[in-house]
Amino acid sequence: MKAPKFSYIRADSLDHALELLDKHGEDARILAGGQSLMPTLNMRLSQPEVLVDINRLNDLKGISLDGDTVVIGALTRHIDVMNSDIVAEHLPLIAEAMPHVAHVAIRNRGTIGGSIALSDPAAEMPACALALGATLIVQSSSGKREIPAEEFFHGLYETARAENELLVEIRYPSQKKDNVSVFMELARRHGDYAIAGVCAYGKVSGNMVEDMRLVYFASEDRPIIGENAVAALNGKAWCDETKDAVTSALENDLDPMANLHGSATMKMHLQKVLTGRVMDTAVTRAGGAS
Amino acid sequence: MGFIHPYDRPNSYIGRTLPRSRAKRAVAGRGRYTDDITPPRTLHAAFVRSPYAHARILKIDVEAAKAAPGVKLVMTGAELAEMCTGPWIGTLTVFENMKAEPQYPMAVDRACWHGEPVVMIIAETRAQAEDAGELVMVDYEELPVVINKDTALNAGSPVIHANLGDNKAWENTLGSGDVDKAFAEADHVLEETFYFGRHTAVSLEPRIVLCEYDQGTERLTIHTSSQCPHMIETVFARTLGVPEHNVRIVAPDVGGSFGLKIHTFGDEVAATAAAIKLGRPVKFVADRLESFVSDIHARENRVKAKIGIMNDGTMIAAEIDDLSGAGAYSQYPRTSVFEANQILNITFGPYKHPNYRAKATVVYLNAVPTSQYRAVGHPIGISVGEHMMDWAADVTGLDPFEIRRKNVMEDDSYPRNIGSGIPIKDLSHQACLEKLHGLMEYDKLLAEQAELRENGIYRGIGVAGFIKGTAPSPVGYYGAGGARIAAQDATTVKLEPSGGIIVALGVTDQGQGVDTVMEQIAAAAIGCHMDQVRAISGDTDAIPYGGGTYASRATAIGGEATYQAALDLRREILHMAGILLQTDPENLDIVDGNVVDDGSTDARIPLSEIGRIGHFQLGELPNDYQPVLSHTRRYRLQDSPYIYTNGIHGAYVEVDVDTGWIKHLKHWVVEDCGRIINEQLADEQIRGGCVQGLGGALYEHCIYNDYGQLQNGTMADYVTPMMSEMPDIHVGHVQTPTSESELGAKGAGESGTGAAPGVMMNAVNNAIKPLTEGRVTEQPITPELVLKALRKI
Amino acid sequence: MSEEMVTVNMTVNGEPVTKTIPVRTHLVDFIRTELGFTGSHLGCEHGVCGACSVRVDGDVVRGCLMLAAQAEGADVMTIEGITDTGEIADLQDKFVERNALQCGFCTPGMLMTAAELLSHKSEMSRNDIREFMSGNYCRCTGYHAIVDAIESINNERLKG
Repeated sequence: MKAPKFSYIRADSLDHALELLDKHGEDARILAGGQSLMPTLNMRLSQPEVLVDINRLNDLKGISLDGDTVVIGALTRHIDVMNSDIVAEHLPLIAEAMPHVAHVAIRNRGTIGGSIALSDPAAEMPACALALGATLIVQSSSGKREIPAEEFFHGLYETARAENELLVEIRYPSQKKDNVSVFMELARRHGDYAIAGVCAYGKVSGNMVEDMRLVYFASEDRPIIGENAVAALNGKAWCDETKDAVTSALENDLDPMANLHGSATMKMHLQKVLTGRVMDTAVTRAGGAS
Repeated sequence: MGFIHPYDRPNSYIGRTLPRSRAKRAVAGRGRYTDDITPPRTLHAAFVRSPYAHARILKIDVEAAKAAPGVKLVMTGAELAEMCTGPWIGTLTVFENMKAEPQYPMAVDRACWHGEPVVMIIAETRAQAEDAGELVMVDYEELPVVINKDTALNAGSPVIHANLGDNKAWENTLGSGDVDKAFAEADHVLEETFYFGRHTAVSLEPRIVLCEYDQGTERLTIHTSSQCPHMIETVFARTLGVPEHNVRIVAPDVGGSFGLKIHTFGDEVAATAAAIKLGRPVKFVADRLESFVSDIHARENRVKAKIGIMNDGTMIAAEIDDLSGAGAYSQYPRTSVFEANQILNITFGPYKHPNYRAKATVVYLNAVPTSQYRAVGHPIGISVGEHMMDWAADVTGLDPFEIRRKNVMEDDSYPRNIGSGIPIKDLSHQACLEKLHGLMEYDKLLAEQAELRENGIYRGIGVAGFIKGTAPSPVGYYGAGGARIAAQDATTVKLEPSGGIIVALGVTDQGQGVDTVMEQIAAAAIGCHMDQVRAISGDTDAIPYGGGTYASRATAIGGEATYQAALDLRREILHMAGILLQTDPENLDIVDGNVVDDGSTDARIPLSEIGRIGHFQLGELPNDYQPVLSHTRRYRLQDSPYIYTNGIHGAYVEVDVDTGWIKHLKHWVVEDCGRIINEQLADEQIRGGCVQGLGGALYEHCIYNDYGQLQNGTMADYVTPMMSEMPDIHVGHVQTPTSESELGAKGAGESGTGAAPGVMMNAVNNAIKPLTEGRVTEQPITPELVLKALRKI
Repeated sequence: MSEEMVTVNMTVNGEPVTKTIPVRTHLVDFIRTELGFTGSHLGCEHGVCGACSVRVDGDVVRGCLMLAAQAEGADVMTIEGITDTGEIADLQDKFVERNALQCGFCTPGMLMTAAELLSHKSEMSRNDIREFMSGNYCRCTGYHAIVDAIESINNERLKG
């Protein structure tokens, strides 16, 4: 189980990396944390001509606060996100999600940008980015683009990023003072990819729910906003009746993919259960009675 | 003499917890596994494997592969077959009417499972061998696939091996009493069908061979991660036409085995053939992807069960009908049908029902061959039997402990037979049951369970008793059955000139602590300090012929051989000391490595002096005495087919009744493995075995699609138990020494795996019982199954 | 495509090494086959089992999920290295005493991960330990003894 032959180029600057992506096009793969790419190489599921190692691009690492925006460099390791005070204070959703991301040795290497750019449908970071309304900054030799998370995730491992673009930065609006966030997922074992998962982010006053965004992952081909569920939720008091309405509406949002870990029916059921639970928790966190 | 009773004399190591000699180097990263050994000029093997479950091989083009960088040899299955003395046929005479197709080490003209080796590449590096493998072009013609055991015997089903007529490998029925009459008389007759998902061993160190052939001496040396070096020696020698005495098998540190490494595999034979052909060392490591499609699988079963119960909870009859899905061939040399037979043997084994009928049918499928894997058949039989027992408790309004109290065989009722006709003795169901009841504080748990249910928290308490066949004799399956696998085992105990004791073992150590246990037995029997004793195992050049370690036999069989050999050496030491000291040996003893006057601890002559004289200064001894100072004893079971053990598990779980998720809170085991030599090692065998069983109960499943392709052959997709989800496991013992041997030890290595799935299934069903009529009757117990039983989806 | 070679320089277990290797070589293959430190094991080679866990610039990582070339200039420690420094001698002794290993194949990776846990110097419940260690597969022990050993050393160290 040895990787196939490839060329390896260590990018020594962002410009160098972008130049390499221009030059090699679809023959190149970006090697960031490598925690998803390396297994596919070892298994020969992926046979790129060139690996462009961006790990030395230190400008792409780091977490900072820019006014009401938390700026996370794409090459920031999961472990640094997990341990960040800024994230804990301003992006509690991500802080809550991060312990679910694999295991310590993977978090020490894996990067938040890599996770978002790969767009595994069961991964936590794409869902969080969507729930928080993050902006993804991608860059090519011809310049930067800002892509709202709502437009970034196109499908199974497909995103709005072009082949010659590198995800360089994620900009998250800091969690508003009167907002709450809740992250929940179900995985067979700790650290596994989820079978079902929900992020909730929005405002709850007492039991009244406003501007709540519910993002579902692991059941579809990408993280998605439960538009109908949200429509049935916002402006309502959270109660059994609302819960029923929201979970019914959810059936129009989701079309779960069956896989080895569960049928579509089960995944729909689990997403409904999680919907109830995240909202119960959201109300509790907001100080209301669930 | 009282050598085996703990603490009643110096050097009483039997029963003591002592650390393992191998552990210290392993924690330093200085263990020595086969892959850590790479002689100069070693080449590496990789295999092209069939992507199809069933296909005719029309043409193989290896030209591009031969020309690839680093490649030294490309060999097809047909070319390899020419180097073999003949195909393997996985039948044994003990299985009457069993049918099996001859099998060559690699596919010759037909591939019969997804993953069967088709072409071998030998290259300077493994990466280069894999590169070349991608250049091999094989033209396949797909053939109809048989992958569903339920339909494999239907008229019109494709037949995998035309010569066999149909897909049936074997069928067997056994039992006792008048089952139909008893069912007619029973107050309640309960019937259920159970499904068990196929799984596999996933030893962390994969299968590996390092093969060296010396063309001058014609010696073949294979380092391999094996439990059974002599069996490998025999099979490889005979398959490749090398005289057995010219073959040396070395099993250095073995990174987990669990039954996987008692088997022989075609790819390993192929790598050996390559080493013979090339005259260079060849290493083959089954990587994790090929492990999933080439290591033996196990436990794909459907079992229909039926019991007859009286209103007072007495079980008067039981019947099972097992259908086992084997793989494409019967695994040589142990076959693929033994697991089914064990299910028949042990199901309902703790109970004294007088009427029993059990039938097994084994069918071939286009899947990885199945065979023995830790606790062969027991997880299935115990899950079925204990589920039915719990159901009977519900129907008759009895507590699960109460119904077992009523039905288990009494501790004073042995020897006797169980329903399958197997003779058993020295068991202790009643003592174990009561001990578990206390250990788990059952009444307290019941109260807690009731209280939490009020708050919508659903916890389940499970109980599952068992019998476990260990240490098989040569009268049944092994030996008499036709397999060249030793059911006897041997130990040589030698006194070295230094006074050190070498204990050379036919049984092997894969981390269970066999070496240490044998050192404890030898040191105790001789009367010397542990530091004076060194065990050697796993090298056929250095050990007496033995079966190795399988079927929980190392301590029970090898331990007795060691004990007797050590006593022989002790007798000779005392004899020689008697001559030297001009004393009657009867008046001498050995304590702490010194010959002493009986009852004293004052050294009269140390073992080092006996060793020195016995090896160098023979002139000090009379001419009519030639010291041997090396004693080999062999041991086998004589009258019983197995040494049966017994025990009982308890489990406490919490089921999230909305999601179907199961949290395993606590696990208890009370086990009677006879005389315990090293309690810590016994406990850890049991704990590790439990988690392996829980893996099968909750997660592990080789999932095939309709085309016979394994869908989850990675460690990311084949879900094994990890630390976060596993509970603490509390172990208690009842010790009823077996009357088969002086030492009294029974096997302990597998029973955890045997009973854990059953107790888990019972606990889950106990948890959801207030909410549903549904019961979980399938393993692995996925959240989906729980939700279905709860009627939530 | 021809085999691309690369010359790598790094410090492994305190010793500087320079080797020219195929660029596709992952870190643990490099350490095992080029340097002869065979304590780091290959269990799955796709990042699930943890047997290949090594420390790179202070952090435990999967050695099979990193190219040796990526460790250019790095400080790499394996089980052999941290055995020699004595950093976890207490834990290693406890593993032996508690028999927190059987076949020993997972043990180096288990210890490398546990070393990182101990370096946090924080109170940990058994569940915390189980969660932290959940990326390391052991087929033999059932984990209980491993938790015992780590818990006991973590507590001992916190007591000072």
